Amino acid sequence: MDILSNLALGFSIALTPWTLMLAIIGCFIGTIVGALPGLGPSNGVALLIPITFSMGLDATAALVLLTSVYYGAMYGGRISSILLNIPGDEPAMMTTLDGYPMAKQGRAGDALVISGVASFVGALFATIMLALVAPILARVAYLFGPAEYFALYLLAFSTLGGIASKNQAKAALASAIGLGIAMIGIDNNNVTRFTGGNLHLNDGIDFLVAIVGLFAVSEVFVFIESHGRGSALGVKLDKVTVPWREIWSTRWTMLRSSILGFIAGVLPGAGASLGSFLTYMMEKSIGGSKAGFGTGVAKGIAAPEAGNNAAAGGALVPMLTLGVPGSGTTAVLLAVLMTLNITPGPTLFANRPEVVWGLIASLLIANFVLLFMNVPLVKIFVKVLTVPPALLLPGVMMVSFVGIYSLTGSYYDMLLMIAFGVMGWIFRKLDIPTVPIILGILLGNAMENSLRQAMTLSAGDASFLFSSGISIGLWVAAVTGFVAPLFLRRIIKKPTLPEMEVPDHAKPID
Amino acid sequence: MNLSNGKGDRIFGVVVVLVAVAYGVAALQFKQGFIVDPVGPKTFPLIVAGVSVVCGLMLIVKPDPDPEFPPLRTVGTLLMAMLTLVAYAYAIKPLGFLIPTAIAAAILSYQIDPRAKFAVAAGLGLSGGLYVLFKFVLGLGLLGVPKGWF
Repeated sequence: MDILSNLALGFSIALTPWTLMLAIIGCFIGTIVGALPGLGPSNGVALLIPITFSMGLDATAALVLLTSVYYGAMYGGRISSILLNIPGDEPAMMTTLDGYPMAKQGRAGDALVISGVASFVGALFATIMLALVAPILARVAYLFGPAEYFALYLLAFSTLGGIASKNQAKAALASAIGLGIAMIGIDNNNVTRFTGGNLHLNDGIDFLVAIVGLFAVSEVFVFIESHGRGSALGVKLDKVTVPWREIWSTRWTMLRSSILGFIAGVLPGAGASLGSFLTYMMEKSIGGSKAGFGTGVAKGIAAPEAGNNAAAGGALVPMLTLGVPGSGTTAVLLAVLMTLNITPGPTLFANRPEVVWGLIASLLIANFVLLFMNVPLVKIFVKVLTVPPALLLPGVMMVSFVGIYSLTGSYYDMLLMIAFGVMGWIFRKLDIPTVPIILGILLGNAMENSLRQAMTLSAGDASFLFSSGISIGLWVAAVTGFVAPLFLRRIIKKPTLPEMEVPDHAKPID
Repeated sequence: MNLSNGKGDRIFGVVVVLVAVAYGVAALQFKQGFIVDPVGPKTFPLIVAGVSVVCGLMLIVKPDPDPEFPPLRTVGTLLMAMLTLVAYAYAIKPLGFLIPTAIAAAILSYQIDPRAKFAVAAGLGLSGGLYVLFKFVLGLGLLGVPKGWF
């Protein structure tokens, strides 16, 4: 009954008017961010972090606001998938397969309602599982010493790179670049490294500057290059009714997809995109050719939406318990925790229960708020799609600048942010993933320190890194996670997505 | 080996190798800090440099097909956008929020969709709207116009 008393503590925080208001605002902003093509959960949250901190919110409040945005964006991604055939963010890619055909049949309203309910089922399931699983995993995490953490970080890099990228060398390179950037500054032993004598760099590069640059500023460059192509104006949506019978017919699909999606989310590196992909493929093979997947069937919408929202919740498990994010957006959320001076991991559950359980309770509430916003009120968000990019993107850019400026007050950080924006644009051109760079900048110092501590403990004996069962298991998993996709890629070919225009700016980062 | 396709990756690979070698050489100069530990300040950066060199070489040997590079005109537009932002970064402190933001937002808007009237309106609207939002709703300490104007 530990969980019940913990949840009671959580709700006592989440139900205060202030926290409740932040959760509702977060859900609203998040749904908008998710619905807009080109802005996904990761750049949406990235954009808001500096502003949240400049406002001086406390840890729980900031976390509630930003995770509500995260959940909201996961709900909202489906809106443009269904109405415009452009995924609002990458996890919503699979929703276009049946969502858009359904909308073309004049059933856009039904598609939005079914997907909204599926999102709710997936996200609610994942949040409940988070409350059940996370404390157990947090207890296991107590067994981790520096050697185990070193192997765990390695696992995060190898699976994130191995599964999420098409080219292993590029993924590994991206991780190395991130780690290399993290080394800049004064290390914990008072050695100044790679600053070139520039005093601005003594504290290292602020990861928020890198995140906003790589995720938000580069997005604007992509839009300037494409001149805002792929955005559509004048979307129409008729009366929205609830197709009860059809929703009920997808109940097992939603449940199965929630379970599979959650598992995909917990695994490091897999994330929501894989969750929606796997669930869609699973339901398609269960349904067989008669089920008509791809022609606009309810199950084809319910599966990926339940899957990606469950994965989004699942991805919070490793981030909160181990401090190792499994996707781009949870990497951004880890940045939130680090800026708040909260060390994720087992001690977080023991020392700051109000943060963890307040967050979990808020997420439960956020799900109901989001169901309400995304089913009866969905029309408001459809209107948002008609905002022209020539207004939206300059707005995003200015918000990025104000955020960094009010946080650091230095022109130097703004210049760095522009540099990261240019870098992000070039890397996206060359198909080099940017999420491992962020992960590297975030985890670089912790990873080096765990190596140094491990070697100090063993007086320099490298075999110490492989001395426990846990660390050997992690090393094996890391190597497999990096190497296996090389072979699997030949066997399992992604089905070619049917004719779909995916402009560059609509395939952002998980 | 087809040299014409994959140029982008090859050039990038060469850059990576050069930068990584320089990074490694710089790391070799680091002296132990106050407390001596067996790993020291060099080892981890050297591993990172080593991995980068290997990856850079992989890109040179086995590049992916080239992406669609933008035409020179678009590159010019992007450079222009970048310079606008750099100027904006320098201007926001001495000139206040309102004027630089209106100009920068208008330029960016025009670059995404070349409609002059719309761009001017977007610049003015964003500048004013965001100022109200940040200053009065969110309570951030922004300076609207240069000190001493009012």
